[in-house]
Amino acid sequence: MNKTAEGVFFLTGKDFAKAGVASSNLKAILESMGVPPDIIRRAAIAAFEAEVNVIIYAVAGMMHYSITQEMIKIIVQDMGPGIPDIALAMTEGYSTAPDYIREMGFGSGMGLPNIKKSTDKLTVNSVVGEGTTLEFIINLNKTA
Amino acid sequence: MKLQELVNSLSLEVKTPGMDLNREVTGGYASDLLSDVIGNAKEGSVWITLQVHLNIVAVASLKGLSGIVLVNNRMPDDDTLKKASEENIPVMTSPLAAFELIGRLYTLGLRCR
Ligand SMILES: Nc1ncnc2c1ncn2[C@@H]1O[C@H](COP(=O)(O)OP(=O)(O)OP(=O)(O)O)[C@@H](O)[C@H]1O
Ligand SMILES: [Mg+2]
Repeated sequence: MNKTAEGVFFLTGKDFAKAGVASSNLKAILESMGVPPDIIRRAAIAAFEAEVNVIIYAVAGMMHYSITQEMIKIIVQDMGPGIPDIALAMTEGYSTAPDYIREMGFGSGMGLPNIKKSTDKLTVNSVVGEGTTLEFIINLNKTA
Repeated sequence: MKLQELVNSLSLEVKTPGMDLNREVTGGYASDLLSDVIGNAKEGSVWITLQVHLNIVAVASLKGLSGIVLVNNRMPDDDTLKKASEENIPVMTSPLAAFELIGRLYTLGLRCR
């Protein structure tokens, strides 16, 4: 793999019909670049969870990706309620999802832990009443 | 095992007409929590669930699952079937409860892998 790519997907709150579209597109890009399947799997898990959280909790957001020789870097930024206690939100099983969201199969409180587990570095920044930004990295260069 | 064989052995009703069922099913996974499936299901597995909302298709597609079986005669939403056709994800239904259906899949040799 000796290419790079960069781009952005826009996400709309409550647009469940489009949930997963950004991560599927990102997955297709990674496949077309010849990224190893195991790395693609991890990137797809993390991207999906971040995308769905924006759709469930925020008003709108975007997913920015940049793929280089060294890493896949994804930044998911939203305008939304923000996360008051990030450490608590990162706890497996913690969820504030309302009932109608749970009925769709979301809200098990595994999204952020899934992102943490499948990436090499995760940074969460959030301002209550403004929004949340997730930045995560998956290293491509195994010797790094 | 081919998906078509599964459909035949378990009398599954195929809700997505015209799809090629001659695809390999390499295992099975059962869960109604989408994040659990996203995190833990293996590519090529058939997914047993009672979720009918269209997000199941996005999950199956992203994970490269071989199909979705809805238990307890749960009917997929129209949106779900439309998206399933677009994404080429077979959706099937069974009158059996999850416990029964999964037991039969296990007897047929499917494992969680
Ligand atoms: N983008 C966001 N904006 C506001 N709150 C968020 C955001 N992402 C996560 N949260 C908060 O963090 C909690 C935990 O998120 P996480 O993704 O781990 O679980 P979940 O979305 O509740 O359930 P699951 O991801 O398993 O379907 C959420 O319930 C919510 O309170
Ligand atoms: Mg989530």
